[in-house]
Amino acid sequence: MKFAVVVFPGSNCDHDAHYAAEQVLGQQAEYIWHKETSLKGADVVILPGGFAHGDYLRTGAIARFSPVMEEVRRFASAGGPVLGICNGFQVLLEAGLLPGAMLRNRSLKYQCEHVIVKVEQTDTPFTNACRPGQLLRIPIAHGEGNYYAEPDMVAQLERRRQIVFRYTSAEGTATDASNPNGSVANIAGLCNEQRNVVGLMPHPERACELALGSADGLIMFESAVRFVADGARRDYSGTAAAR
Amino acid sequence: MMTGSISPEVLERHGLTREEYGRIVSALKREPTLTELGIFSVMWSEHCSYKSSRVHLKTLPTTGPRVLQGPGENAGAVDIGDGLAAVFKIESHNHPSFIEPYQGAATGVGGIIRDIFTMGARPIALLNSLRFGPLDDPLVRRTFAGVVAGIAGYGNSIGIPTVGGEVAFDETYAGNPLVNVFCLGIASHDEIIKGIASGVGNPVYYVGAKTGRDGIHGATMASAEFDDKSAEKRPAVQVGDPFMEKLLLEACLEVMKTDALVGIQDMGAAGLTCSTCEMGSRGGAGVDIDVSLVPQRETGMTPYEIMLSESQERMLMVVKRGREAEVERIFEKWDLHAVRVGEVTTDGKLRVRNHGEVVAEIPNTALTDDAPVYRRPMAEPAYIKEAQQLSLDSLGKPATAAEVFRRLLASPTIASKRWVYRQYDHMVRTNTVVLPGMGAGVVRIKGSRRALAMSVDGNGRFVYLDPYLGAQLAVAEAARNVACAGAVPIGGTNCLNFGNPERPEIMWQFARAVEGIGAACRALDIPITGGNVSLYNETDGRGVLPTPVLGVVGVIDDAERVVRRAFRNVGDAIVLLGETHAELGGSEYLKVMYQLVRGTPPALDLQREGALHRILIEAAASGLIKSAQDCSEGGLGIALAECCIGTGFGLEAEVPAAAAPTAFVDHATLFSESASRAIVSVAPEHEAALLSLAERVGVPAQRIGAVRGDRVRIAIEGRTVVDEPLAAIERTWGTAIERYLEPAKAIA
Repeated sequence: MKFAVVVFPGSNCDHDAHYAAEQVLGQQAEYIWHKETSLKGADVVILPGGFAHGDYLRTGAIARFSPVMEEVRRFASAGGPVLGICNGFQVLLEAGLLPGAMLRNRSLKYQCEHVIVKVEQTDTPFTNACRPGQLLRIPIAHGEGNYYAEPDMVAQLERRRQIVFRYTSAEGTATDASNPNGSVANIAGLCNEQRNVVGLMPHPERACELALGSADGLIMFESAVRFVADGARRDYSGTAAAR
Repeated sequence: MMTGSISPEVLERHGLTREEYGRIVSALKREPTLTELGIFSVMWSEHCSYKSSRVHLKTLPTTGPRVLQGPGENAGAVDIGDGLAAVFKIESHNHPSFIEPYQGAATGVGGIIRDIFTMGARPIALLNSLRFGPLDDPLVRRTFAGVVAGIAGYGNSIGIPTVGGEVAFDETYAGNPLVNVFCLGIASHDEIIKGIASGVGNPVYYVGAKTGRDGIHGATMASAEFDDKSAEKRPAVQVGDPFMEKLLLEACLEVMKTDALVGIQDMGAAGLTCSTCEMGSRGGAGVDIDVSLVPQRETGMTPYEIMLSESQERMLMVVKRGREAEVERIFEKWDLHAVRVGEVTTDGKLRVRNHGEVVAEIPNTALTDDAPVYRRPMAEPAYIKEAQQLSLDSLGKPATAAEVFRRLLASPTIASKRWVYRQYDHMVRTNTVVLPGMGAGVVRIKGSRRALAMSVDGNGRFVYLDPYLGAQLAVAEAARNVACAGAVPIGGTNCLNFGNPERPEIMWQFARAVEGIGAACRALDIPITGGNVSLYNETDGRGVLPTPVLGVVGVIDDAERVVRRAFRNVGDAIVLLGETHAELGGSEYLKVMYQLVRGTPPALDLQREGALHRILIEAAASGLIKSAQDCSEGGLGIALAECCIGTGFGLEAEVPAAAAPTAFVDHATLFSESASRAIVSVAPEHEAALLSLAERVGVPAQRIGAVRGDRVRIAIEGRTVVDEPLAAIERTWGTAIERYLEPAKAIA
């Protein structure tokens, strides 16, 4: 199977996601430049971390206009698995593929450190190999990861089981002390209503090998492989005939 | 001599002396135009010409079997095996960081990154060495926070991890912080590209950000002392755009893969002037450019301003004739516009035109190789003999060792730098195998089994008290940190931060320090492949501690054998390699407890230092040891505590007493900063093998305790002198810096 790693100008975790998919997982991976209009037959799309277009406006605010996003949107609406990591998550929010918005971290500083997240939902393409409630030790690295949504929206996210990851203590409790950035309801990641688009602030691609201090993130990539294998290889492009 | 339009005031504004002006006239065989005068002034500034330091720097060892590129290029390069090279350099951005902390530090990071990718290497790691005044000064806190945020803002955005470094505090840096930034990149041997212009008729391209009026005379500013008017120099600090640099980085690396480039150089200090004449000079060619073709951000810029602007994120390239379209296409992909501004000529001259009309014409070598070289007068400073006197007995009744231990743990120079490195993305590129705060930074090399360890170290107090010895100790410490990770030190770079070289005593400090670096590097087999000199680090006539900072790079053949600082298993034996002497001179102990900078720095036997490194490297490669930690600032007592931090394990140790006056035995034993020591932990069954290895190599070694319990308990001659719960140590050490910067949070 094949991972597409979208490269915006200013993406800087594109190599890391590609390496995790290709070298650690042993799957195919291909970079897709943001000006391209085809995902080249990918089974899974990753929007990687970084500072797309410099993020001088709001994070992700310009990236959503990149030509490739039209194709990502089409892929997602056809049920294709899309993962937004950090800046990729911010792009998904700006593109309206996921609800809510990002504020600056409550520390008002960039923070890079390992955190614990709890897998709250296992019926997504990126968590299906996890145990319910599994705790993952994964790094964060962001200045604007303070997720915000209106209370009604948060209630709706809870009702529809769209909160996929929460920041918790080592015991799995979502406390204020374990919330690194002030995110509402300790939300670290969520999915869309169809459950195929997932975004999260932590970086699973940085936690795929024990040599780097944690391999807990690998399960998210393994989940994607399983999802695609189980799903009898659907064509998500909606433009298959054209290719 | 002073005729024409060049008045003494104009000369002074350009930081040129009458003698230098005379040299300009004889190099040109005529009076210079104002544009030419500006060009000379920046190229002959201390910052670009190294006119005061060059005669001394020439004495450093710069060659060796691994050296692929020594000093003189944008960065040095050493062979790391597998056909790969480590390309690295350290550079200062002290003056801009004082005037405008965030942008000064940010553009320092941007500049050193350009130096690395200009060589054809992909930058993979950053380190920094920082010095500030005491944190109880609000102005210092502002500078400190601004510098850290600036480094973070640039490095994080461009996606190069900051994997380590050092931060120290001393009053002398209050009005003149030191911001030294180190960058390392990886290239194949055959990918290394130089800053060279050659091939008559080859086009010269400008690419990157547009040129504005920012930073004009930045190099000249960096070559002058500060005074109360310094704030007025703020427009001479540039503003960084890491996004633009990220685009440039990716586009340049892509272009370099095509072999369409002859040479490339970034426009850093002295901007377009420096890149044109240096590339021409290195290639033995001339460069002919028309400034009217240079993309400009502002209207009405004069040739003078365009040539001297230090706008950031700009590169100059010489492209092979006939390959232009290929190069232009790659830059267009990245939404950058490569603009042809001139061509390479045969006459060895820098010729600057404005709409075709020649406004400057100067032989390249007059600006580079033939720049003034000064053998400035030197004199041993009067303070040294007096400052080297230290009588412990005159200090009165000392505090208990336990009290000193707690005070030192809370000293910002020793305490955790988490507040700093948490703001740096230290994991991007997924190579960081040792996280910051643990000694040397270590990154693995993808596509190879190897890893690189790197460390930047310096100790201004030691150099102040004895420049020759102090500088040697800086080399030794940086190399020791690298060896503690299990890496063989293979190359070094230095950043020499000193005061005003026109003062004989400063020049003496500088010359002695360079001699010390040379001697230590020769003994430890560490060639210096490049670096940077920052002089005039003075405010209102008061100099910083003379602070040479050494960056040392080491290679580990098997990344899985990297050794870290932290203890790993209960019951492991703790072994001290090396010996502790009563050497409190210049120590953190004297500074924290008595506000003294006195005595002589610890003695250094370079043969023994090298032998210690061999043990550490061999024991790491064979998997004999489980952890290793250098003993330096704060001495053995602090180093032992640091091995426990974050592990959940305590220790029990009985350490051999140093020979000191009775009242100070405990302090000399625990807090002397004797050189050539390391603390290692070893499984009990391997203890004998380690001790015999040490004996074979000729390094004193002894078991001093074991990893045990949850307290740090240290005894001397049977007396327990420190007995602290690990949790309390972690709190004191972990929150000391935060307490100054975010008092409310640290208390909560």
